[in-house]
Amino acid sequence: MMQIPCPFCGPRNESEFSFGGPVKPPRPDPAAVSDVEWTAWLTQVPNPLGPVQEQWWHVRGCGTWLTIWRDTRTHEIVEAPDDGR
Amino acid sequence: MTEGNRLATGGRIDRSKPLHFTFNGKPYTGFRGDTLASALLANGVRLTARSFKYHRPRGIVGAGVEEPATLVELMGDDASGNRPATTVPLTEGLAAKAVNCWPSLAFDIGAVNQLASRFIPAGFYYKTFKWPNWHFYERPIRKAAGLAAAPSEPPAKGHYETRYGHCDVLIAGTGPAGLMAALTAARAGLRVMIADEGSEAGGSLLSRRLTIGGVDAMDWVAKAVAELAALPNVTHLQNATVWGYREHNYLMVAERAPANPSLLERTWRVRAGHVITATGAIERGLVFGNNDRPGVMLASAVQSYVNRYGVAPGKRAVVFTDNNSAYSVAADLVAAGVEVRAIVDSRDAVPDEARAIVPGIEIMAGKCVTEAQGTRQIRSVAVAAKTGGSARILSCNLLAMSGGWNPTVHLWSQSRSTLRYDDPLASFLPDAPAQAVSAAGAANGALTLQDALRSGAEAAAKIASVQPPAIPDAPDLPYAMEPLWRVETAKGKAFLDLQNDVTVDDIHLALREGYSNVEHVKRYTTGGMGFDQGKTGNINIIGTVALAQGLAMEQVGTTTFRAPYTPVSFGAIGGLREGTVALPYRHTPITEWNLAQGAFMYEAGARWRRPGYFPRAGEGLQEATNRECRAVRFGVGVYDGSPLGTFELKGRDVGRFLDYLYSNVMSSLKPGNGRYGLMLSDDGLIMDDGVCFRLDEHRWIISTSTGHADAINGHMEEMLQTRFPGWNVFITTVTSQWNNATICGPKAREVMAALGTDIDLSPEAFPFMTVRDGTVAGLPARVVRVSFTGELSFEVNVAPRHMRALWAKVMEAGAPFGILPVGSEASHVLRVEKGFLSLGHEVDGTVDAYDLGMGWAMSKKKPDYLGKRAVAIRREAGGPRRELVGVIPEPDRQIPEGAPLTPGGRREKTEGFVTACVWSVVHERWVGLALLDNGHARHGETAHVRLKGGEVIPVRVTAPCHYDPDGDKLRS
Repeated sequence: MMQIPCPFCGPRNESEFSFGGPVKPPRPDPAAVSDVEWTAWLTQVPNPLGPVQEQWWHVRGCGTWLTIWRDTRTHEIVEAPDDGR
Repeated sequence: MTEGNRLATGGRIDRSKPLHFTFNGKPYTGFRGDTLASALLANGVRLTARSFKYHRPRGIVGAGVEEPATLVELMGDDASGNRPATTVPLTEGLAAKAVNCWPSLAFDIGAVNQLASRFIPAGFYYKTFKWPNWHFYERPIRKAAGLAAAPSEPPAKGHYETRYGHCDVLIAGTGPAGLMAALTAARAGLRVMIADEGSEAGGSLLSRRLTIGGVDAMDWVAKAVAELAALPNVTHLQNATVWGYREHNYLMVAERAPANPSLLERTWRVRAGHVITATGAIERGLVFGNNDRPGVMLASAVQSYVNRYGVAPGKRAVVFTDNNSAYSVAADLVAAGVEVRAIVDSRDAVPDEARAIVPGIEIMAGKCVTEAQGTRQIRSVAVAAKTGGSARILSCNLLAMSGGWNPTVHLWSQSRSTLRYDDPLASFLPDAPAQAVSAAGAANGALTLQDALRSGAEAAAKIASVQPPAIPDAPDLPYAMEPLWRVETAKGKAFLDLQNDVTVDDIHLALREGYSNVEHVKRYTTGGMGFDQGKTGNINIIGTVALAQGLAMEQVGTTTFRAPYTPVSFGAIGGLREGTVALPYRHTPITEWNLAQGAFMYEAGARWRRPGYFPRAGEGLQEATNRECRAVRFGVGVYDGSPLGTFELKGRDVGRFLDYLYSNVMSSLKPGNGRYGLMLSDDGLIMDDGVCFRLDEHRWIISTSTGHADAINGHMEEMLQTRFPGWNVFITTVTSQWNNATICGPKAREVMAALGTDIDLSPEAFPFMTVRDGTVAGLPARVVRVSFTGELSFEVNVAPRHMRALWAKVMEAGAPFGILPVGSEASHVLRVEKGFLSLGHEVDGTVDAYDLGMGWAMSKKKPDYLGKRAVAIRREAGGPRRELVGVIPEPDRQIPEGAPLTPGGRREKTEGFVTACVWSVVHERWVGLALLDNGHARHGETAHVRLKGGEVIPVRVTAPCHYDPDGDKLRS
């Protein structure tokens, strides 16, 4: 079980969180992009073998949605939400 | 009973505490401190098992978790299967039996397999039991294989539990390295957790005769344990195996004998800042002919029985080794009065320091045991030069063998840390750590006592950032070895894996048949796949593969080490979850009332237990459902709507937030008013439907379907926090803060009036889709005019503490009107009659709002909301859509839900399916809903259901709403 750093609660067990998927680019203005661009944004999610930025919801904790960088090969959390703050 | 092999003195057993036990029905005695294995050996029981495949006679080989041969089944209160006899602590009244033999251990019918052994080599099952399929053979083969059956009942007494542990350092093992590491870390103030699989601390020291700092090593251990026990920052567990090492330094520990008498076992889930694996080393066997005969034992196990348990496993011993460590075993045997006939050493040159500790014993250097002779126990061994030639027969009834030592790298390897092959030790050693882990002591290749102590101290000192302490003087025989992977001149079967009966020939067969990767060799031969996971034999298998292929050991590599290190009981993993469900059910305050009424309860979304229907005497599901439906349509009914997901949203920006979440406009609602709406995901699919009410300028309350409440909560929080973090919105789940009784039917208003309320109930003052706060039956209540049945409805919401009182008053006030409680089955019928959609029935991930005839819910005014663009793109693509319609089966009969519609009922591609079909109490016939290609344009036509088997049922296509299409009733 991974240990995920919550910016409010500190390191907590993965079982307190719900996986929110990889972070996609910001949602484009649907009126300003082509069908192809919109569909690409909608359906293509990052899926790297290596560090990926992803969202987690601390649902059984403080309720915050947070992002981490996690290495998909090792589960190493290479960057936590309050890194660099 | 006499204990023929018990030494007169010595050992860590308590001779004042005799214990009685039975093995295969025969009574024996042992002492407190014995294991079942040591007690059996003390009683002279040599034949203790039959092997898995060939049913060969087997004895006890090891002294701990490495035991490959003697598995027992425990009976009575201790019932459990396939336990190594070496790990079963002896207790009063213990009853054990051997596995794998029928009808008895001495006369085992399966032993005829030995005669046929040339016909059942490795891969035999895969090649033979193919036609017609494996399952045809599975049952008799499993019976023949005959390992112990699982206990039929859970333990009658006691519980299992799970506990979390947190520490700066977790140390696995309380041998010399582990204790030294623990002392160093604990003295430096770190939070230390120590877990060791043994019944007492000491590890290898329990079985040796060594000194530390001039005192007996076990006195040093006792002093160390006492010091640790006095420190508040130390948690010390014995009988506790660290069996799993997972990501982010999360480790699983099975504590088998917690101090609490009501606990059978406890699982610790430990998050450790750092881990030190001080897990010791396991001796490997030697591979010669009939090396599995009872009486052939690991040298370290022999040493353990002599020194720790005061048992001589034989009267006349031969020692066979390729390394120094067995010399100390020979010395200990002599000290215990056992005759050592000779030490057979495969090395040509035996170090002087080894010779020095066994004066007077014949040392046969450069020689090998080629064969053990005797069947139910060994009588003699044949010894010849490594290269062959004439053999000398040495009579003996004990052969102590040592093939060198394998550092116990299981936990290290489970952490994904790497291994390297070490030539001097001829084994795999920890290399690069992948997590915060270090290896210490024998587990890191420090195979002599002082090195182990130093290694433990240094590992802990590094973590604690302190200077390592001075290491006490601890003399030990230096270790040196030359690997002997197998005796090439062996006669007879030479076993690598005793538990799964894998021989050198099997490995060679696998290689010949192309299974050359060590992982394939393992699976094809099953070598290393037994309960012992090949603790004694795996490295010999790798050596055999390397020899046969002319490869170096590191080129062959190891198979993957996986959790658990040793078997773990299911109970320990399950913990306190002893019921039949993994997650607890949710109940409303009315559950007991429902049960008292004889309700048939089931799960209805999100683990809520709800009444399906309330059968009276003689009624089945259909009769009860019809009665409840008629009450709602023609009189009055009430249901408990508490499980419906409910959220309160507060803040200045709730309006625009809801406009983004819902496909229709919510921000225009006036306080006190509500609206039905659809929530789409951004890919245009319908996530949920529900109602949304505005309580005042900045307070709103929304409902979601029961089963989707948690998902919608996550969705709303995600949108708010990640897309609109600056918006002023607060979301609170109030599903369990409000319970409700929903009174529905033409007489609902009369019941409300009879209950007594300060809310004006007239349709003008309190119209459909509005909310009012007030009191009902004297209770503070929020009443909502919303209807999921199509009838006049009052959803009376109260605090949960008032729910039972409300319910009782509703039943009392409603009695003159014939009020009935309504279950989920009736709710389903009522909503189908009305053509109200249900997620999972009509909404299946392909339909959009237009298909459901709810295009009005797709706002044209709003420039953007979730799902808008995706729905637009999909509809622009054109093509037929599956659209919601009503269906009237003609002739009148029930259609199974999900039944396909095909053109003309022909065997063609489907053009839709029936989503629901119920007995309508208003039409007194079967009616249904369906999704049908171009259904909106086909009202009045006949479509055809095609059932499995080809039966065709014509159905008339109608509008989805079968009852009160203008909604006069629900607005009344």
